[in-house]
Amino acid sequence: MSLTISRAIVDAILEQSRVEYPDECCGVILGPVGADTPIRHLPMINAAHSPTFYEFDPKDLLALYREVDDKDEEIVVIYHSHTETEAYPSRTDIAYAGEPGAHYVLVSTREEIAPATEFRSYRIIDGVVTEEDVSITG
Amino acid sequence: MSIEVRIPTILRPYTKEQKSVEAAGATLSALITDLDAQYAGLGERLLENGALRRFINIYINDEDVRFLGGLEAPLKDGDSVTILPAVAGGSIDSL
Repeated sequence: MSLTISRAIVDAILEQSRVEYPDECCGVILGPVGADTPIRHLPMINAAHSPTFYEFDPKDLLALYREVDDKDEEIVVIYHSHTETEAYPSRTDIAYAGEPGAHYVLVSTREEIAPATEFRSYRIIDGVVTEEDVSITG
Repeated sequence: MSIEVRIPTILRPYTKEQKSVEAAGATLSALITDLDAQYAGLGERLLENGALRRFINIYINDEDVRFLGGLEAPLKDGDSVTILPAVAGGSIDSL
């Protein structure tokens, strides 16, 4: 298991995390059905506006799924930032993880590791977290 | 009375992998009872202690049922119900 993703999208997510600091940022990366390839980056609004919680607005969530269906895409990556802690799924992240086919990406832009950042990917299925390699291209 | 119910990936093991199923009920609560009768175990994934689960969003046509009366939301023939897992989480370690 691994995630292959472009440098441009990784940089855009890290930038979003910095812009929305101290709140957690969130979003998805979409790709064609069945290809497991994240191509179209779609930042989402954190409706919780919180430094320790994120949530897609239910209206945005429905619109997202409709759009994905209409365009024969799927949600390849669901990402969010941890602004003060490690980029590892919390119990909350695991409890909410509802897309068994998605890569769950966590980024951390916490100060104690700056200017370094973390960008890590996981599968979360039936409450079990498995970290996977991330391969960043071009 | 027939209502189309769209099932998210995570709940398709209950519906023999069908993306969409038909069910009946004059309210959301009755619809969930019918769904659970057809697909055993599905009701428990939607309800907890008799209330809608926090991790699940349900829409009637395009409206979140939380704004339509929750479990008492009325349904009529031809309505479309969509079930989606909430996308949420965060570094907070208790819910």
